[in-house]
Amino acid sequence: MPNVAEISTAASRAAAANRRGTARSRAARIGTERVIRGSLFACALLSIVTTFTILVILLVQSASFFAMPQVSAWEFFTGTTWAPLLGEEKHFGIWPLIAGTLLVTSIAAAFALPVGLLVAIYLSEYAPSRVRSILKPILEVLAGIPTVVYGFFALAVITPFLHEHVSESFGTFNALGAGLAVGIMILPIVASLSEDSLRAVPRSLRDAAFAMGGTRFDVSTKVVVPAALSGIVASWLLAITRAIGETMIVALAAGGLASMTFNPAHEVQTMTAYMVQIFTGDAPAYGIEYKSSFAVATILFVITLALTVVGNLFLRAFREEYE
Amino acid sequence: MHSLGGRAQSTTRTRTPGEIVAAATPTSQVGRRIVDRTFLGVCIAFTALAVLLLVILLVSIWQDGHARLSWQFLSAFASRKTEEAGVRAPLWGSIWVCVICAVAALPIGVGTAIYLEEFSKRSRFRSFIQLNIANLAGVPSIVYGILGLTAFARAFGTANSEDPITFGQPESFFYLQLPFGNGVLAGGLTLMLVVLPIVIVSSQEALRTVPGSLRTAALALGATQWQTTWNITLPASIPMIMTGGILAMSRAIGEAAPILVLGVPLFIRSTPSNLMSDFTVLPLQIYNWSMRQQSGFHELAAAGIIVLLAVLLTLNALAVIIRHRLQRANG
Repeated sequence: MPNVAEISTAASRAAAANRRGTARSRAARIGTERVIRGSLFACALLSIVTTFTILVILLVQSASFFAMPQVSAWEFFTGTTWAPLLGEEKHFGIWPLIAGTLLVTSIAAAFALPVGLLVAIYLSEYAPSRVRSILKPILEVLAGIPTVVYGFFALAVITPFLHEHVSESFGTFNALGAGLAVGIMILPIVASLSEDSLRAVPRSLRDAAFAMGGTRFDVSTKVVVPAALSGIVASWLLAITRAIGETMIVALAAGGLASMTFNPAHEVQTMTAYMVQIFTGDAPAYGIEYKSSFAVATILFVITLALTVVGNLFLRAFREEYE
Repeated sequence: MHSLGGRAQSTTRTRTPGEIVAAATPTSQVGRRIVDRTFLGVCIAFTALAVLLLVILLVSIWQDGHARLSWQFLSAFASRKTEEAGVRAPLWGSIWVCVICAVAALPIGVGTAIYLEEFSKRSRFRSFIQLNIANLAGVPSIVYGILGLTAFARAFGTANSEDPITFGQPESFFYLQLPFGNGVLAGGLTLMLVVLPIVIVSSQEALRTVPGSLRTAALALGATQWQTTWNITLPASIPMIMTGGILAMSRAIGEAAPILVLGVPLFIRSTPSNLMSDFTVLPLQIYNWSMRQQSGFHELAAAGIIVLLAVLLTLNALAVIIRHRLQRANG
């Protein structure tokens, strides 16, 4: 709460500003105000223009992809062969790319969602404030590391480790190495968003549970976590969205072979990795392979948008409950 | 538990804490203690794992790359010979792109935040923009790359990319062309789109921390909404806005996917000289080096990562210093 002195400083500053303000007349002042309001409104409008433009570009390009004679929408949505570059006969069935994305994302989620939640519970319920003040910046450092670095880490450290200590069948490119790197990348998102929602649970709920003789474990897992559940689910969904859209890690470590496999030792291609392959390769602009990447981008956009919308709904439900 | 068993237990939240604790599996005090300590052990173990992973990541990169770090590495251009290669072009490219991104994203982002927090009433339109920004934050950065490629690099195909409309001499600092092609301006604007939601949300949070009574005091003296914002609200929230802005810029510096989609050339042997210059950025150079199987390139990639992390560290230190300085000046 600001005290009287602060308010009066603010007031005298405003008065001074009024005196030296350029606009002398009331009319001029109102005019300036209108112009400024208009330009601020234009800034806010840009975000809507951005969304709209993304939608139009993706839809127009996808439409012209599906209009090509070699492409059938039925094959695209149901086909299980993705072979846009090799051989005479091209196949555009999206499912191998979706399977690759699902495999990498599931591995990342299987690692990051539970571990992130445990870290969050530890930080919010158990850790002494000194430990917390050390761990929070470490999580921030992890969150600030560029994803290409995690990609390098997967290629240079995780995959050789898997090859030596787990199984010989892990090649240079494999889904598990990429998935684990994506998992490390999204871990800080889960941990810090979940921790925020755990800490937002009112103290009185904890106190009541402690008063009934609950241990810290009872209180955390049976009172605090259920109360913060929608916030935790939101953090999970937002982290999964990031994992699905992650590009550089999978482009470096997962490989470039689109296949319907759920073997984590195999090479897979995700939707994003296919787009990288097209945009870095020599695929002629406006050719069929080039256009197919827009159709893939549309699918990717729809999936991530749906997850973000649901995630934000959970977040809002949580905020409404305790704020 | 049994005495209360008759009550409806449809959802977890309708149960009282007493019921919930009574439902805990082990019944003895000792048993519950053991469960509690074990759980704490598991939590600590996984937290330690996260810290350990960060340590392994940093140590392994340092081991791979530190031998390559030298003044020559910073001042040399990319080369097919690994011992001569350096990061001069991507380092300058990253700096150019980041400055352009900051110049574009900060005013627009803060302007949007001011509009949403200070100027717009709680209307449907406002919540629509808010929802839209939340959704934009979840769009994968590679999709922004497609937007940048179409809108900035090619101007929606309205002008001929092969034969652009030019303004000024190609060598001069003020050279411009339409469409922009894959120069630093297109790169910086594309990254602006990526970080804009972050800048907006963090600026909104900063503006919300300013107490309403300060605004009321200014308005009561006859200041207009904008005078209040410019003289009172913004100065009070600028440390937080700057911190958020710098964090957004460190995100921009680390992005490779949108720049990759723009189709920047692989080998660049010059630093940018104007807004239309060819460029590459550090993360993209690291990606290209990591992709090469030949010996020597791995070490180059690791050394590039060290440079990138050093740049990010500098930016974050800057954020801390600015916050500290401005807070003192304001206090």
